[in-house]
Amino acid sequence: MSVAQLSTFSVDGYLFGVEVAMVQEVIRYQPMTRVPLAPAALVGLINLRGQVITAVDLRHRLGLGDRAAGALPMDVIVRTGDSLVSLLVDRIGDVVEVAEDAFEAPPETLLGSARELIRGAYKLDDALLLLLDVRSAVELQPAG
Amino acid sequence: MEDLDEIIAEFLVESHENLDQLDGDLVALEQDPTSRELLGRIFRTIHTIKGTTGFLEFGRLEALTHAGENLLSKLRDGELGLSAEITGVLLTMVDAIRSLLAAIESTGQEGEADHTELIATLTRLQQGGAAATAGRHEQPETSSPSSPVGEVIVEHGGATEDDVSLAVTAQDVGDTRPIGEILVSQGSTTSGEVSLALEVQAERRSVADGNIRVDVDRLDSLMRLMGELVLTRNESVAHAAAAGDAALVRASARLNHITSELQEVVLRMRMQPIDTVWSKLRRFVRDLGATCGKTVRLEMEGRETEMDKTILEAVKDPLTHLVRNAVDHGIEAPQDRLAAGKDEQGLLLLRAFHEGGQVNIEIQDDGAGMDPALVAAKALELGLVSAEELARMNEREIINLIFLPGFSTAATVTNVSGRGVGMDVVKSNLEKIGGAIDVRSAIGAGTTFHVKIPLTLAIIPALTVGCAGDRYAIPTVNLVQLVRLEGEQAGIELIAGTPVYRLRGSLLPLIYLDRELGVSDPDPERDSVLIVVLQVEDRRFGVLVDAVLDSQEIVVKPLSSQLEQVAVYAGATILGDGSVALILDVLALAQRANVVTTGRELARDTAGHVDADDRPETRSALLVASVGQARQVAIPLDRVTRLEEFPAASVEYVGSRELVQYGGEILPLVRLTRLLEGAGPRADSDVLSVVVCSSGGRAVGLVVDAILDIVEGGLPGHGNLSGDGLLGTAVVQHRITELLDLEEIIRKADPRFYDAPAVPAEGRA
Repeated sequence: MSVAQLSTFSVDGYLFGVEVAMVQEVIRYQPMTRVPLAPAALVGLINLRGQVITAVDLRHRLGLGDRAAGALPMDVIVRTGDSLVSLLVDRIGDVVEVAEDAFEAPPETLLGSARELIRGAYKLDDALLLLLDVRSAVELQPAG
Repeated sequence: MEDLDEIIAEFLVESHENLDQLDGDLVALEQDPTSRELLGRIFRTIHTIKGTTGFLEFGRLEALTHAGENLLSKLRDGELGLSAEITGVLLTMVDAIRSLLAAIESTGQEGEADHTELIATLTRLQQGGAAATAGRHEQPETSSPSSPVGEVIVEHGGATEDDVSLAVTAQDVGDTRPIGEILVSQGSTTSGEVSLALEVQAERRSVADGNIRVDVDRLDSLMRLMGELVLTRNESVAHAAAAGDAALVRASARLNHITSELQEVVLRMRMQPIDTVWSKLRRFVRDLGATCGKTVRLEMEGRETEMDKTILEAVKDPLTHLVRNAVDHGIEAPQDRLAAGKDEQGLLLLRAFHEGGQVNIEIQDDGAGMDPALVAAKALELGLVSAEELARMNEREIINLIFLPGFSTAATVTNVSGRGVGMDVVKSNLEKIGGAIDVRSAIGAGTTFHVKIPLTLAIIPALTVGCAGDRYAIPTVNLVQLVRLEGEQAGIELIAGTPVYRLRGSLLPLIYLDRELGVSDPDPERDSVLIVVLQVEDRRFGVLVDAVLDSQEIVVKPLSSQLEQVAVYAGATILGDGSVALILDVLALAQRANVVTTGRELARDTAGHVDADDRPETRSALLVASVGQARQVAIPLDRVTRLEEFPAASVEYVGSRELVQYGGEILPLVRLTRLLEGAGPRADSDVLSVVVCSSGGRAVGLVVDAILDIVEGGLPGHGNLSGDGLLGTAVVQHRITELLDLEEIIRKADPRFYDAPAVPAEGRA
């Protein structure tokens, strides 16, 4: 039986996972430079050791409410194509191994409009682990 | 096997370079057919290729170069004179060698191309000159790029090749003396010849040993690291200054200094002379001229002018295009040139020089030039401009219409204007790398294209500005000056909703950076604002920012694909404190704010950027306003002091005259509607739009219905001396516009305006 290794994090109480191989590193919140006129989910640019990286807030992207005042997100630096993008999440979880046969297509009712960003769910003993489609998550529509 | 591949790869690179050089040399040789230096160099180049191909067992290539070498040796020794036929055949040979090399590069094999005919021609030409001595060079030669002493002596005519091979044989069988010594003892040469040859050899070796070939990727990664170092330097200098530790400050000052020097060295490593591109043009111009039945002399100035390799690559195609156009369309056929009293041979001059941190390249021909009337007619026919717009343009502006997209797509343009094929592509390609292009032309005298490009793209000088709490970088290449305004709105006026500022008599359209970026602070506390005056091509505009923070060199970092749609940023950079700042693309910003249209500009410097002789005196900036029943009037802008709005209630009356208090003075008002149409004031307006005009320390306010625009316009063609306050009419923006006779109007409003002693000038503007 094949297993997958997922890096997990939580956003607004939901547990998400991305393939371990896509995650370059996780760093604590970095001060950002906002980008006027950019899509709303693109919350800023950070300096990662001399490289300018775009930060995408998953709460925005998933249509969830704002983070509680004073709560700082974490930066999950993921590699998509040949560029790096920082995903802002609430909390970092463990790396978990999941069995492929515990996977199911996204539940019809899940998260409404954000369904396109979720490839499916792994049924864990105590929670549902949602597999994030990183490529779609960082693809942003231009601001109106 | 891997070693062999490496040797072949090196051979290919080296040969390509040699062939480019050869092209240039052969064309130069045509001009100077007896130059022994050129002949010697060409011979050596072919000889080197031949030697290596023999070693690598590329039979076809060897046979071809061998035949070429034989012909060249005859030329070099003066046994044959250079003819156009020989040059042509030699150039064909260079092409054949290139195609063989290309085949080797892609397949590792020479391919099946058949060059026996070419070889036969080469051999025939060689025998044609001096059949008696044919075969002298048929013996195999030993050769290597480092030129053994024996070979050098032979080259200089100090000994024959037979003597040398005899000496080499002697060495082979055990003679341990150096070859020169053997030759001397054989009586084949003198010791003087040998020491001369040794010197020559040493010189050649030092040239070869003094250079190493470096992979461009490695240079790129060095460049990237250099960028990081510059940032770290900026960071550490900022921290050291804050820490206040004297030793640390000293150390960081040293770091600062060394980094700057290192940066310059690294940048210079990527620099290449423009000649690497130009040298290919010699051959190109010759061949193209031959195809078009023209002879063109190509002259180059500033061949050593260096620029970044990436930029050089990017300008290669636009330059080639401009040169092609100059030869194809610019320079006339020989009979036409003679008829025009010019030298039969056309002249194409390429100039390159550095100026103000930019590279300037000029492509100048002495051809027929472009006729502005024909360009204008074509542009009008294609619907790219309107007749009114054309009427406002000067000749230079009209000629520059050839860069408009769409102008060039019409096939007939070439026949009419002589130029214009793909000029918009040339322009946009140059703009992509931050360059600009301009053209000037004189009928009968020729055309000059002027290209400006940045030296390098990776590290640029920039101004850091503050706006709504954020910092942005503006490349200083666009910077003209900074203007500081005390009091937030002082001196900023509105024309039809567009903020403008008077800068040395010109109206400068303004962009509020915070509003444009949608980040304006709802409650800005500013006691002063700064106008960053920028210029893109010959269009000027001002960007209003909160503060100017710094001027420094920044490293341009690319933005991610998500930001590509947001066109107002050219990239990002990392500032001294480690935070990220966006680099503004000022042209895109200006276009977004509609202060720069793709056509001509509203704001341009009248203070000398554009040559005075380009501007007919009858043209000036006009303020256009609407009056009464859809009537449009124009006022010369240089007479306008300010634009004001007064509440209708503030108007006071003295007799029949209307006055307002204005800046502590009394301003007489003239209702243009009443003056021109005899109608009363419009009852529904509680605010009067007033154009304040002044002269000799006195001012008068012209009441208009609305201020529409500012345009560049000519004085009207239809005179009108009726004394009704109008000078005449002109078409401005598709509408009949009346030009006001200010003197007449003012005299009506205030009969003593011109003769009464002046009250102190009000100086609010």
